[in-house]
Amino acid sequence: MILTKAQYDEIAQCLVSVPPTRQSLRKLKQRFPSQSQATLLSIFSQEYQKHIKRTHAKHHTSEAIESYYQRYLHGVGKNGAAPVLLELANEVDYAPSLMARIILERFLQEHEETPPSKSVINSLLRDPSQIPDGVLANQVYQCTVNDCCYGPLVDCIKHAIGHEHEILLRDLLLEKNLSFLDEDQLRAKGYDKTPDFILQVPVVMLCPLAVEGHIIHWIESKASFGDECSHHAYLHDQFWSYWNRFGPGLVIYWYGFIQELDCNRERGILLKACFPTDIVTLGHGAAAP
Amino acid sequence: MAAVLESLLREEVSVAAAVRWIARGAQSSEGDAGEAAALSSLRPLRKEFVPFLLNFLREQSSRVVPQGPPTPAKTPGSSAALPGRPGGPPRGGRGARSQLFPPTEPLSAAAEAPAARRGGRRRGPGQARERGGRGPGSLEEGVGGESPLWAGSRRPRAAGSPSRARSDPPNLSNLEEFPPVGSVPPGSAGRTKPSRRINPTPVSEERSLSKPKTCFTSPPINCVPGPQPSVLDSSPWGQGLTAGCRSLQEEREMLRKERSKQLQQSPAPACPTPESGSSLPTRTGNLTAEPADPAKVSSRQRLELVALVYSSCIAENLVPNLFLELFFVLQLLTARRMVAAKSSDLEPSPGVLGSPESPLFQSVHDCVFFAVQVLEHQFQVLSCLDKGTLKLLAENERLLCFSPALQGRLRAAYEGSVAKVSLAMPPAVQAVSFQPETDNRANFSSDRAFHTFKKQRDVFYEVLREWEDRHEEPGWDFEKGLGSRIRAMMGQLSAACSHSHFVRLFQKQLLQMCQSPGGAGGTILGEAPDVLSVLGADKLGRLRRLQERLAAPQSSGGPCPPPSFPGCQAFFRDFILSAGSFQFNQHLMDSLSLKIRELNGFVLPQPEASEEDGEADVDWQGERRQFAVVLLSLRLLAKFLGFVAFLPYRGPEPPPTRELQDSILALRSQVPPVLDVRALLQQGLRAHRAVLTVPWLVEFLSLADHIVPMLDYYRSIFSLLLHLHRSLVLSKDSDGEMCFLNKLLLLAVLGWLFQIPTVPEDLFFVEEGQVDVFEMDTETSEHGLDGVPVVDQHLLYTCCPYIGELRKLLAVWVSGSSGRSGGFVRKITPTTTTSLGAPPLRTTQGLQAQLAQAFFHNQPPSLRRTVEFVAERIGSNCVKHIKATLVADLVHQAESLLQEQLVTQRQEGGDPGQLLEILCSQLCPHGAQALTQGREFCQKKSPGAVRALLPEETPAAVLSSAENIAVGLAIEKACTWLSANITALIRREVKAAVSRVLRAQGPEPAARGCRRGCSRAFADQIPVLGPPAQHQLERGQARRLLHTLLSLWKDDFQVPVPLQLLLSPRNVGLLADTRPREWDLLLFLLRELVEKGLMGRKEIEACLDSLREAQWPEDFAEELATLFNLFLAEPQVPEPQLRACELVQPNRGTVLAQS
Repeated sequence: MILTKAQYDEIAQCLVSVPPTRQSLRKLKQRFPSQSQATLLSIFSQEYQKHIKRTHAKHHTSEAIESYYQRYLHGVGKNGAAPVLLELANEVDYAPSLMARIILERFLQEHEETPPSKSVINSLLRDPSQIPDGVLANQVYQCTVNDCCYGPLVDCIKHAIGHEHEILLRDLLLEKNLSFLDEDQLRAKGYDKTPDFILQVPVVMLCPLAVEGHIIHWIESKASFGDECSHHAYLHDQFWSYWNRFGPGLVIYWYGFIQELDCNRERGILLKACFPTDIVTLGHGAAAP
Repeated sequence: MAAVLESLLREEVSVAAAVRWIARGAQSSEGDAGEAAALSSLRPLRKEFVPFLLNFLREQSSRVVPQGPPTPAKTPGSSAALPGRPGGPPRGGRGARSQLFPPTEPLSAAAEAPAARRGGRRRGPGQARERGGRGPGSLEEGVGGESPLWAGSRRPRAAGSPSRARSDPPNLSNLEEFPPVGSVPPGSAGRTKPSRRINPTPVSEERSLSKPKTCFTSPPINCVPGPQPSVLDSSPWGQGLTAGCRSLQEEREMLRKERSKQLQQSPAPACPTPESGSSLPTRTGNLTAEPADPAKVSSRQRLELVALVYSSCIAENLVPNLFLELFFVLQLLTARRMVAAKSSDLEPSPGVLGSPESPLFQSVHDCVFFAVQVLEHQFQVLSCLDKGTLKLLAENERLLCFSPALQGRLRAAYEGSVAKVSLAMPPAVQAVSFQPETDNRANFSSDRAFHTFKKQRDVFYEVLREWEDRHEEPGWDFEKGLGSRIRAMMGQLSAACSHSHFVRLFQKQLLQMCQSPGGAGGTILGEAPDVLSVLGADKLGRLRRLQERLAAPQSSGGPCPPPSFPGCQAFFRDFILSAGSFQFNQHLMDSLSLKIRELNGFVLPQPEASEEDGEADVDWQGERRQFAVVLLSLRLLAKFLGFVAFLPYRGPEPPPTRELQDSILALRSQVPPVLDVRALLQQGLRAHRAVLTVPWLVEFLSLADHIVPMLDYYRSIFSLLLHLHRSLVLSKDSDGEMCFLNKLLLLAVLGWLFQIPTVPEDLFFVEEGQVDVFEMDTETSEHGLDGVPVVDQHLLYTCCPYIGELRKLLAVWVSGSSGRSGGFVRKITPTTTTSLGAPPLRTTQGLQAQLAQAFFHNQPPSLRRTVEFVAERIGSNCVKHIKATLVADLVHQAESLLQEQLVTQRQEGGDPGQLLEILCSQLCPHGAQALTQGREFCQKKSPGAVRALLPEETPAAVLSSAENIAVGLAIEKACTWLSANITALIRREVKAAVSRVLRAQGPEPAARGCRRGCSRAFADQIPVLGPPAQHQLERGQARRLLHTLLSLWKDDFQVPVPLQLLLSPRNVGLLADTRPREWDLLLFLLRELVEKGLMGRKEIEACLDSLREAQWPEDFAEELATLFNLFLAEPQVPEPQLRACELVQPNRGTVLAQS
């Protein structure tokens, strides 16, 4: 699902106006029927995250926190079973999971002597049943379950999808009889940067219309859509580091990417939305003069 | 000086004697007494002769309007930095040609020959006076005053009259400039502006002897701006030449008469007067060249003589820079026209006595004549130039017109030249691969250091990528753009261990990016088709970069560019500068020094003593490539070592005062050199490895600061280099000498070094007595690199891209001569697509090669070495195998076919030559099998070898890929050789078989006596057995030699051979001195003598008996006795064939056993 920048912008534009709900997603799907659900979801999620990042600060002022907490207390005071927190989050246009975290932090500050550590908070969010206050536990649970972009559940799903695609890629490599070192093996050998796979014997990927092929030493699997923001971050933290150590390689954005981002081919970072079909391996074909 | 030239002109002294005198100060021993007497009086001036001669030629040619690149876009300021002309802006470099023709003073248009000694620094005696009369050899003296010697080079010479030298070329008769011997020049004479005195064209008797009687040039009659009549175009190789040259003769003759009349009346025009219409050229752009006509050369004899002296000086390496002189000569060859002398210049200068000499070059004809004369002498060097240059030379109409013979030789050289200098495309920037063995956590002191270095690696490449993207943008500045980021990164390198890690990364990246010539800034050489073939052969995807490079002005800065950091090297230089880190620099110097030492010890894999010519070729190409890689790496590393080592001392100017300089010298002389380059140079010279050591040393020295050449340590290095330079006489080609191209490379790099601004100008002309002659180590000489043709044309041009300036000069001439559509060479060998031989990358083969390269990238370096080693050995063995099997079979077939033929021929009669042809035509096609068989051999043998040599733990995929690559490389190596040589090989073997069989048939078929042998020069192979035994033949060689001798004695001698002399006590006594004593060879010889019927058994026994009576050392006598017994014990019948060594029982005596 490779989109041009223009196509992508159109979708992103559309997302600005809708709230982050499953319904919105369905509408989006109707609007762009030719795009796959997964691609749209990935874009949707990324756009929402960008939105949240932009507004993050305003929800974290002490005034805001205090006001949310008071509203929460007030709400559960009236009806502890009602989705008070979730509605509050939707109302102020903030991710429910993150709203739950704000309230939980505030709650713990009030009830514990020492300020809670991040890991404690995380574990309480993952398993709300451990939250000392039953009502809050319930409210937090409602938030995490209904948040389609943030929270432990979403993280878990994302991780699973990522892993699934790594397995998928591994199977493809095995199927093609390409031998590789995976991340764990690399780490064991003491590599300081570890792509998902390093090919022990590089391959050449041929591209339609291009005169030359591209050497591939490593492959990184990304179970997401490659938009500008995430791609640049990945380039800086991962892809260039791989290039710096292992030479040119391939990134597979399984849910597609913005075409214009595939501009470092000559330099040695290739983007694909699927496993390349047209590859040439060493020794394949006579090495005769 | 003038006196010397005069003696030459008066033929009192022969040129040879003069050159001997100049070169060695030879006294009467070599020449005749008269000559010696004539010269010895001139002795004090001897060492000034060459500088004088060079100056003289430059100045004589100062009115020549050279053709050159049309006004290159160089600012006048930048030209000052060119070492070619530190004379300052007024004498801008070739790059600043626009300045040659200052609009305000057209007459000062200098010939802008690349000034021999850096532009304005040429010092005839006149200039020496200007500077206070310092002799060229006086390094110490030169240091004095406010103008240290080397500073002189940077100042416009004679500040009062900056254009003096250009507008007022001295002439031989100017006594101020060329005082008679013994006269004391008036101190101020040099400062007065000597007027040029040109005598009114005397049609002297002397000149009447030579055909051309006038020296003016008629205006181009055909009015076509082309310098040559178009006739030439239709007669490419000169058939119509004389017609072309003479077609205008009649008209010219008429004009000539007219002009002669005028000349008689006017006092001046000894020179061509430009047409009134064209006036004086004030810009380079629209200069049309005057035609040159051999019939109009003014004084042939004189020009010939000066050309001869000049050429001899070049040949003896008395000039600092061979290629600079060639450049100058080519400028004369392609001179556009001659500027008329100002009338004021032509007035007779007061005080000039007698000898009414006219200027050497009176017209373009003279220039061209002189140039062609010199070129004729320099043919050997010319023939080594790249194909493109040869083509342009061969196509040059003037050359064709003046010397059809030379043109023919050049053309032949062009056609015979296989070596095209092609552009190796730089590999795309690749990062240094991460190797767990050296890069993982275990190699760091702490987690923090490990992670810091991880980040540094990423920052380093980020900076590098940014540089790649932006350094060509106008206005982008390295320091501004990257400086702070680099320093922040360097700041994090705290631990020494981190520094060494970073330095290793830096150095590896440097080698990876800059080693290839392309990476070093791109030198596009050769003919235009080369570029195309490069495109075909290499990645079309890089077309863009190539285009950029082509579009960028390819100025390598004239024939003597200053040291520079082209291409990617600039990144590393700027990185070092911006980092400004003492620790980093120190670690870098340590690392560079170590690597230089390591690479300098490079040993060429000793080619096996190959019995037949050609076989060594199999191994050859790879070795040459290996040498080139090592040499280029060394040069790069040494350049950076020099850069960093001398960085703290470098400044734009030398110290201003003597006092300051002395104190600096005192300080510097106690600083140990960063790398003991003198020791390495001495070792290199002793071990005959100058061809490897000197080129990198030159790079190192080229970045030295002004003080360095004055330090004793480095002065001794320069002395050695000067001595070496002088010794590299190209025409000498004796045994054990350096190969021609090796010499040429050294001459080129040394010549370049001598022109570097920081190298004192006088250094070259220093008195040679100071040189400590280095002794060559005779023992290692055989393993030395100098005698091995390791340098090829490509390497020469890669190391010395400035040689390409010659071609550019000629190319501009072609482009300047209007409408010339390609030369005739092109018509003969049209640029077909065959030259685009290499397949585009998308073919399997291209991809596979690319993949193989990539494969090694992330593997440990030892893997690559292993694979290459296996491929090289298996490839070589494959050829041997084919010889032993396929070729041997074919020879067998040939023999039986021949037998059949002979039976039939008995009746018909036929000649052996024909027989051979028939056989070859039948058998050679079978040679095609060699490729299949060779391939099979490599496929069978390589994998096992690779497997045996790689670690057990190598992953299966890696192993099989390594095997595949080894197979492919071995096949490539073997099949390349086989496909080129198999037919010739079969032919040779069959021929040998034919003559064997024919001989066996009796003397009848041909007159055998002179068939072979007599012409075979083998005397040089005969071992010198007398003490000291320097030259031991390898055993196989000795045996083969004996075979050769035996067959010569048997087959080729028509008279009886006194073989019994072999066994005379004297000759056998020679054996006593060799160790180990080669008894089995003697036994072998005796047996063969008997077997071949050359000597009877009885005869030999008699000889042996008489030997017993001689006086021998005891052990020798004992061994001799053993030998006799062995010989006598041999069965009388020659068959079955027993080998001598088989007869030697292991316990029969240690001596025999060990041999």
